[in-house]
Amino acid sequence: MIPSSFDYTAPSSLDEALKLLQDLGDDAKILAGGHSLIPMMKLRFAEPEHLIDLNNVPELSYLKIEGGMLKIGAMTREVETEESIDVANHFPIFADVAKLIADPQVRNFGTLGGNLAHGDAANDQPAVMLALNASVEIAGLNGRRTVGIDDFFYGFYATAVQEDEILTEISIPIPMGLSGNAYHKVERKVGDYATGGVAVHLEFDEQRICTKAGIGLTNVNPTPLRAVRSEAALVGTSLNEEDIASAAQYASEDCNPSSDLRGDVDYKRHIIKAITKKMINKAKQRAFNN
Amino acid sequence: MKKEITLKINGEEFTEQVEPRTLLVHFIRENIGMTGTHIGCDTSSCGACTILIDGKSAKSCTLLAVQAACKEITTVEGIATTEGVHPIQEGFKENHGLHCGFCTPGMMLRAIELLEKNPDPTEEEIRWGISGNLCRCTGYNNIVKSIKYAGAKLRGDELPSTEPEFVE
Repeated sequence: MIPSSFDYTAPSSLDEALKLLQDLGDDAKILAGGHSLIPMMKLRFAEPEHLIDLNNVPELSYLKIEGGMLKIGAMTREVETEESIDVANHFPIFADVAKLIADPQVRNFGTLGGNLAHGDAANDQPAVMLALNASVEIAGLNGRRTVGIDDFFYGFYATAVQEDEILTEISIPIPMGLSGNAYHKVERKVGDYATGGVAVHLEFDEQRICTKAGIGLTNVNPTPLRAVRSEAALVGTSLNEEDIASAAQYASEDCNPSSDLRGDVDYKRHIIKAITKKMINKAKQRAFNN
Repeated sequence: MKKEITLKINGEEFTEQVEPRTLLVHFIRENIGMTGTHIGCDTSSCGACTILIDGKSAKSCTLLAVQAACKEITTVEGIATTEGVHPIQEGFKENHGLHCGFCTPGMMLRAIELLEKNPDPTEEEIRWGISGNLCRCTGYNNIVKSIKYAGAKLRGDELPSTEPEFVE
């Protein structure tokens, strides 16, 4: 399968890319890792007239800790988040999720920014970003703006990134005290999209009372979904069995899966309930073992 | 409109005119004429088209040839030297790591990067490491053995037995 014809430019700076994007308008598409876009172009689901390739823009590829935040450049590869010691120290959830995104070759090219900007609720990183309460920086020719992750996903393949803008950075607050996080998805085989996936991030005070809970769900709603009632069921509690059971129950009730080849609605709700429970326990265990 | 790209494949420099939509795997097979890199699924699922691009394993059916401009590519044709076959090739030969051989070039290129990052991987690490490569013949056991063998050879350790394992 070969994509339909397009023109191609590989700028070497963000400014150059933004200027091109403004000149070409909606005929142009940004190429990051390309492992979602190129398959769609081969199937002719996407037929951009122009590709602007960001792979030669080094200023968008970094991992750093700054002002209490983990900052990740949009073009940072999934494999780099998987292998970074800084990331692993604060967020073991990245090792969980990276292992479940496609396969090693795809993670060598796939980027965190591309994963989010693609706006696909079946991707795994959006749920993780919801759980970690990330924010994203979006650049245009008139400057940069920051959008909270809850205001980022608009709909199917639609995000807060406008036609003349580029997602440049993801910021994640580094927790101060006891914290733990975890992600898992049920998949039919390695590299498949999730039948259902759950990301959990928990913070605790010294009495081991939960002070913050973030729970994101993968592929069980038209957009990546925050399990609001589940989070509320955990905050202020010591996360006993009943608290965890009700959070899991809320997640299964509040998601909106559709029946497809991966399973029917009831099965997917059951999956969400089971993984939510497991991931809360895993995140809790990680918090108290550190 | 065609673009001119210059890149290195197995150490040799090539300059070619390509359409931006030309996939890297087609470029390697058709423009350059190296057919060791295979097209299996054409959907980035099977890994038969795996090559190394600046040392990183990649599925060449999901990269554009223009993206490889100024890069160094390694295909299966480039891993043996005048000294002889690469340890990974020796591993696959000694352990019957292939039946039909269609997945083998991709498996070997993937294994080379895996062993570079993790010179002494466990069986589980090998199986996760080749999770993007499908083999429809071997059941993977001999591929895992082949990669273990190559790891030992590259480390200079004693080579593991190549005798087949029979399960009662």
